[in-house]
Amino acid sequence: MDEIKFDEQVDITDKVCPMTFVKAKVSIDELEDGEVLAIRMNDGEPVQNVPRSMKEEGHKILKLTDNEDGTYTLYVRKVEE
Amino acid sequence: MAEKKPDYASLKKGGFMRQKQKGYFSLRLQVVGGNLTAENIRTVSEVADQYGKGYVHMTSRQGIEIPFIRFEDIEEVKEKLSEGGVKPGVCGPRVRTVTACQGSAVCPSGCIDTYALAKELDAHYFGRDLPHKFKFGVTGCQNNCLKAEENDLGIKGGMIVDYKEDVCIQCGVCVKACRENALATEDGKIVIDREKCNHCGRCVKSCPTDAWEGESGYIVSFGGLFGNKIYQGETLLPIIKDKETLFRVADAAIGYFEENARPGERFRLMLLRIGEEEFRKVITGAYYGRD
Ligand code: SF4
Ligand code: SF4
Ligand code: SF4
Repeated sequence: MDEIKFDEQVDITDKVCPMTFVKAKVSIDELEDGEVLAIRMNDGEPVQNVPRSMKEEGHKILKLTDNEDGTYTLYVRKVEE
Repeated sequence: MAEKKPDYASLKKGGFMRQKQKGYFSLRLQVVGGNLTAENIRTVSEVADQYGKGYVHMTSRQGIEIPFIRFEDIEEVKEKLSEGGVKPGVCGPRVRTVTACQGSAVCPSGCIDTYALAKELDAHYFGRDLPHKFKFGVTGCQNNCLKAEENDLGIKGGMIVDYKEDVCIQCGVCVKACRENALATEDGKIVIDREKCNHCGRCVKSCPTDAWEGESGYIVSFGGLFGNKIYQGETLLPIIKDKETLFRVADAAIGYFEENARPGERFRLMLLRIGEEEFRKVITGAYYGRD
């Protein structure tokens, strides 16, 4: 599979809900419209909920990849309001 | 103002719970779907200050009670409350307060508009006399914040989901969002195991391209009891797609209860006594629109 190009990355595996979402949101807020953020997150609750929260914030989800180490990376394109 | 005499017979029906302290009543208010306006609350606060002891008690079913109302003040209190748009609730053998979570009007997880439905159920059934108390509860999704299965008739919002392959970008989000493991990626598309799907709607809510389409529906449970005896309400029908069917089923269930329960017998205990078979037939008939 093609690697997705991204502009910034953030690791939220050190956070628990609701700080997972907060850290991801702060990171994406710093990007320019159209830039892509790679968010590394834990399996379980974060991977079930963070993608949806990003969608609800109005951003564009591109891909979720399994890193096969108990973490996933979500690629999100920033959509400015 | 002419002196008004309280009507004893209607006191309990009207939500006045006799207190341990002689001559005092705890006044239960009618709250629908857990919502009160700011004006309602101001009125309650004034009544509690003026006629009660300056506090209220929140009940386990989203109700409010104003304790320490004196018997002789009851009529005045009722009037004062009704000016502020607040009505007394009910106790005794009848349909009680319809409870609801915030649902899709406010909560991102909601699959149905719980408050609107609670108001409709309330308008249809509230206060209806029955062999014993009867409780409705409405919760917006599988998260079940409102504990649907505790109620004689519980309603839970769900979604009937459908996959549109052409708009799917294979991002993989839905496969992880589904907690029932009903989704998998096969040959570059998503496949669903309908047996596992519990209609939670998480795939719909999380899909970035709306490749999952969700049609809202109602998952109904019957015979929940959470008092002296505890039973979990049972889902005896497939998910219901429209409100007409929902009300037809609810009518059939309440009608069956009215006809078959002994006085003072809860819905579940009636089912345990006479068996569920006949009841299943009745609600299945209502579900398919048969008489
Ligand atoms: S049951 Fe669902 S819709 Fe209702 S408050 Fe909980 S999460 Fe929201
Ligand atoms: S509705 Fe819920 S259980 Fe059914 S496939 Fe979607 S996420 Fe899974
Ligand atoms: S979330 Fe939507 S776009 Fe992504 S894999 Fe599932 S159906 Fe396809």
